[in-house]
Amino acid sequence: MKKNITILITGVVLSFCFIILYKGLNNPNTYVPKTSIKKDIPIFNAVDFFSRKTVSSDEIFKDNTYYIVNIWASWCVPCRVEHPLLMQLNENHSIKLIGLNYRDSFNNAKKFIDEFGNPYSRILIDKDGTLGVEFGAFGVPETFLIDRNKKIIKKFIGPIDQEAVNKIKLMIK
Amino acid sequence: MLANQIGYYSLILGLLFSFLLCTIAIQDFNKVNKKLNANIIILTFLQLTFVIVSFFSLILSFINSDFSNETVFNNSHTTKPLFYKISGTWGNHEGSLLLWLLVLTLFIFLFLLKSNSQPKKYRILTLLFQQIIIIGFFLFVLTTSNPFNYLFPIPKEGLGLNPILQDPALAIHPPILYLGYVGASIIFSASLAAVAQNYISKEWAQHIKKWVLISWIFLSLGIMLGSIWAYYELGWGGFWFWDPVENVSLMPWLSLTALLHCIAVLERRATLTSWVVVLSITTFTLSMCGTFLVRSGLLNSVHTFANDPARGIFILIFLFVLIILSLGVFFIFHKDNNGNQNNFFWLSRETSILINNWFMMYFLSVVLIGTVYPIFLDVISSEKISVGPPFYHKLIAPFLIPFLLFMALGPRLKWIKSKIEKKYSIFIIFIISIILTFFIIKNLTTNILFYTLLLSVAFFLFFTTLKELLTKKLNNSSQTIAHFGFSLLILSILFNGILSSEVITNMKIGEKFKFGKEEIFFKKIEERRESNFNSIVAFFEIKDLEGNVVELEPEIRVYNQPLMVTSEADIKTTLLEDKFIVMNLVKGNEYFNVRYQSKPFMVWIWISVFLLGLGGTIALFKTRI
Repeated sequence: MKKNITILITGVVLSFCFIILYKGLNNPNTYVPKTSIKKDIPIFNAVDFFSRKTVSSDEIFKDNTYYIVNIWASWCVPCRVEHPLLMQLNENHSIKLIGLNYRDSFNNAKKFIDEFGNPYSRILIDKDGTLGVEFGAFGVPETFLIDRNKKIIKKFIGPIDQEAVNKIKLMIK
Repeated sequence: MLANQIGYYSLILGLLFSFLLCTIAIQDFNKVNKKLNANIIILTFLQLTFVIVSFFSLILSFINSDFSNETVFNNSHTTKPLFYKISGTWGNHEGSLLLWLLVLTLFIFLFLLKSNSQPKKYRILTLLFQQIIIIGFFLFVLTTSNPFNYLFPIPKEGLGLNPILQDPALAIHPPILYLGYVGASIIFSASLAAVAQNYISKEWAQHIKKWVLISWIFLSLGIMLGSIWAYYELGWGGFWFWDPVENVSLMPWLSLTALLHCIAVLERRATLTSWVVVLSITTFTLSMCGTFLVRSGLLNSVHTFANDPARGIFILIFLFVLIILSLGVFFIFHKDNNGNQNNFFWLSRETSILINNWFMMYFLSVVLIGTVYPIFLDVISSEKISVGPPFYHKLIAPFLIPFLLFMALGPRLKWIKSKIEKKYSIFIIFIISIILTFFIIKNLTTNILFYTLLLSVAFFLFFTTLKELLTKKLNNSSQTIAHFGFSLLILSILFNGILSSEVITNMKIGEKFKFGKEEIFFKKIEERRESNFNSIVAFFEIKDLEGNVVELEPEIRVYNQPLMVTSEADIKTTLLEDKFIVMNLVKGNEYFNVRYQSKPFMVWIWISVFLLGLGGTIALFKTRI
């Protein structure tokens, strides 16, 4: 009798734990910074990919529009995966894409752009990768959404997918 | 490329060997012959070999920076030093699972090799239970976390290893910790087999004891290595943060420690059998639980490699299958020779062990609740809370007082029945401890009553074990050394907590800052280049009243692959105290944020854990292997 009760209680506790943990798994808390904590974009100078001129961050983000900063490299495989989505985002006129070419050689990057298309309104060279650090990036690819007030309102770590694109479109409406 | 193929197919072969082993073992189970079918040992050896081959081919891919392998691509880079290329093998999800498999198969092979004198059926059942775990992990690796995924087109460069993992202590932390974690698997399998065969007895206790010890030693050292790493790499100046990830390694340790003491009782008195079985199950379940919580992404930490829900669900289901299986075996087969427990005389060694086991179970539940409650609350009410150190300190520290007292008295009692003899010496030591504590505490304005009590019992344990070490013949040296180590651990943690001081300030080059009796001088900075990072090294001088100067050189490193800025603390260790300094950049400013700490008796925390391990090792060599 006592044994049966023990088994019953154990069973109930175990199923409870299982359900909770299972539910916990289904809303995995992937790290996305809260939108309420808006971070200012860093102030920096960078070299333009094509013109080779040094431009300041004020100049780059001067228009009253949403910006996307995308960190990419020709050697980065996931970047190829997300590239068509960036091309798709570029069709949207209320947003400008800035590419941050991360630790790359000019020729390889050029080839990449020629082959897959150029979604960026401007590409900046980040030869030694310090610009990425300024933005608080963890690696490549990474994508930041910047609002009209020049605040970073969303950050995507890793390649963006269709869901992320939809989210961006929703946020810039 | 070739290494990839070899590694992958070795894994599949290893899995096939599991099925083959199970079939042969089941056939052999009912045969009358007394000896184990020799083929079984050969097959386990072959299985082990295949896993080793697979593991080494992954290492080879890492050494050669073969980026056609996805795991290598994600976790390595050509500019990494060779040492970190190799340690990168197990510094990621896929590789670490391969390490799990390696240890699982290694332990079952060693177990079969070393258990010749045990009954055949018991050995076969142990093998079968272990193979269930092994099959589960093979399937997990092959279906959700294959370390040999092929990438095309082949990237020219990898993404790099997380810089904070590029550290010598952390490079060996996973293998050591895994030996402890996974070592618990063999205890789990063996105790289930013993329950099913109704073989929980004195003989079994003597035989399983060495496995418990091995697992316990490695787990202790593994936890310590993680803690050392957190101390100097995370730059927070503490060694234990009650972070969920640390807690999940502490929980199996607590239950394993309790198990170790139960086995000691079982060895002599053939009692506490339910304790032994339940603790064996608990230990391994907690190890698995830890793996689940850490790897599934339910807990966010440096250990969370990927948030792939499929992986989480696989481990979750597998974990519950194992729990249900083990509890099923326990409820069906276990015959409790009850009544025996009630025969404990109130003043005996086993009673004190039993009492302290209850205390350990209490500590375990505190840690468990503190760890999982936030997760449960998040799921049920989506409210996010975090449980911090005060919770653990408040709930654990008061109960350390009786715990330490029993730890000091217990070993001085006899088994079965002890008399209250006129042992003046123990009484004198107790008085000395109280007086000593009083004089130390007097000068400190803290919670006097509480600290006096806690420090007195800690000193009491310290002096009784010290006296034992100095005077007695060394017949129970392992236990005495381990208990001595533990008292030293508690003492150094307490003094470290009470006497630590810290200052956080902004300084620029050439500036001086007065802090208590010391003066901090920021001399200069220097830039350095390494293959995997660039760094800014700062030079500080700490001068005390007598004019002694200590130089400290903290660093800020900018790692290139992947890009990350880390602060490297500089620590000068002496026997009496650690001086710890760490700095951070202040954006757009000539100032650096400097944090200086003096932490007394830091090194004794590590030494005492070594003593614990040493005690365990001596016990291991004394058991007949």
